[in-house]
Amino acid sequence: MNTALIIILCVVIVSSLIGVFARRRVKMNLEMWTVGGRRFGLVMVWFLMAGEIYTTFTFLGASGWAYSRGAPTFYIIIYGALAYTISFFLLPAIWRLGKQHSLHTQPDFFIQRYRSPALGIAVAVIGVVFMIPYLQLQLTGLGLIVHEASNRTISANTGIIISFFLTCLFVYTSGIRGSAWVSGLKNVMMIVAVLVVGFSVPHIYFGGIGPMFQKLLQQHPGHLVFPGATTNMDVLWVMSTLLLFSAGFYMWPHSFAAAFSAKNAETLKRNAIIMPFYQLPILLVLIVGFTALLVLPGLPNGDLSFLALVNKTYPAWFMGFVGGAGAVTAMVPASVLVLFASTLLAKNVYQTGFNPGASPEQVMKLSRFLVLAITALALLFAIYFPKALVQLLLIGYDGVSQFFPAVVFGLFWKRIRALAIWVGLAIGIGLVALLVMSGHDPLWGLNAGFLALAANFALTWLVSMIGADKKLRAPMASDSVPGVGTSA
Amino acid sequence: MQKGTKYALLLASIPFITLVFMLPLANRIEPVILGLPFLLFWILVWVFLTPFILLLAYLMERRFNSKEEGQ
Repeated sequence: MNTALIIILCVVIVSSLIGVFARRRVKMNLEMWTVGGRRFGLVMVWFLMAGEIYTTFTFLGASGWAYSRGAPTFYIIIYGALAYTISFFLLPAIWRLGKQHSLHTQPDFFIQRYRSPALGIAVAVIGVVFMIPYLQLQLTGLGLIVHEASNRTISANTGIIISFFLTCLFVYTSGIRGSAWVSGLKNVMMIVAVLVVGFSVPHIYFGGIGPMFQKLLQQHPGHLVFPGATTNMDVLWVMSTLLLFSAGFYMWPHSFAAAFSAKNAETLKRNAIIMPFYQLPILLVLIVGFTALLVLPGLPNGDLSFLALVNKTYPAWFMGFVGGAGAVTAMVPASVLVLFASTLLAKNVYQTGFNPGASPEQVMKLSRFLVLAITALALLFAIYFPKALVQLLLIGYDGVSQFFPAVVFGLFWKRIRALAIWVGLAIGIGLVALLVMSGHDPLWGLNAGFLALAANFALTWLVSMIGADKKLRAPMASDSVPGVGTSA
Repeated sequence: MQKGTKYALLLASIPFITLVFMLPLANRIEPVILGLPFLLFWILVWVFLTPFILLLAYLMERRFNSKEEGQ
């Protein structure tokens, strides 16, 4: 056993124990499991959201894109800041509706607002379909990190299986509290790793960040302006992608539901204010990718540039630290994804669709069982068909973004009709699938998901304008829909 | 719409104007500032300023919106 491996194992085990102990002195019920009893203050909400948002993609994907594509990668620094700006207005309104009607999940919101269980089931199914490939991506990334960090002495699959057994364990026992607690450790480790590597690597090889950029501009003059090293990601693509991603950011079912775990709307506003600062460390991740391009040109897989450069530069124990941070960075978002995918299926497909009389205890029991089932499914995909879900992953963000018009109109526009939401969603998701699968992304220089979102917005508005929805206009439309929430 | 919300929305449009709609103007390497190519420098400045803009929006809401609505 080598040093790096021992350190990774320690980090993974310690963080899982933290997750399991997060349950201490709390009575576990559905409300506690999914939304932390609506008690999270600023620090816990920040842990949770930062934990969900900074995934293995931040480590591997962003540096990989910087390495192989250049400037278009800058969108990763920007879109979060824009999404938090939107969330400043959106999340408190979502929270208020959630509190009023004891909502737990995104489909709950749709059922409550549009008085339509069928719409809730559809939203739940769409959400899960896009979450599972995202979960698998975390597994694959984790395997890659463990494999590289252990100097290829441990196979990716072994790493995946051990870490996900542990992740399952703390989700099962502690629910969302487990994820938030582990995320605290994860954030600290990841920030330390990124700060240390991001600042020191350009100094070691070029004497500073400025000289590194100078060298890069000499060797790859086009790399740092759009479209970088790509041919189809020019400034229009970046602009449309930014609008799409900032709209879609909180439309992921797990991010949306994180709003419900806050103890009040004020917490969410304050969180939105501080979140953009957390975008800045991503710059350092990109700098590592750029440095790797100069120091280690011609890597077969750009996504390995961060790890390859760390491996070349630092002693084994530090590689272990980075590997451990990377592993936990996969485990936290994965835990939240598993938790919400299983809750959506248990609550909004099983309970809403098949057994409206199910008690919260039954729903929670089923969710817990599904945690195991979904993890097993994602493991199977990650190990046996690692490429099968790539297409779904490509359209994941484009897909969940299509919920945005329904949420915004639902919160701020009285005239909206449930029928309009069906039409908008069908057209939006249909267009995304059609354009992406047929290789027409980007189209006319614009992100295909953005075009779909624009069509979705237009149709949702149009259909609402040409008729009225009697059910939503009725005076009782603000009552809770029976069976959606659980009384706290 | 309340006055505070209106001001807050106006302020919130700033990051969208600078970080989305002005990108074609900022898409250049020169001048290099603090060792960073101009495009990257522009992006970082506005991402860094976004929390302060949101803080201002928050204060505007508190100042001009009625209490019940603000909570």
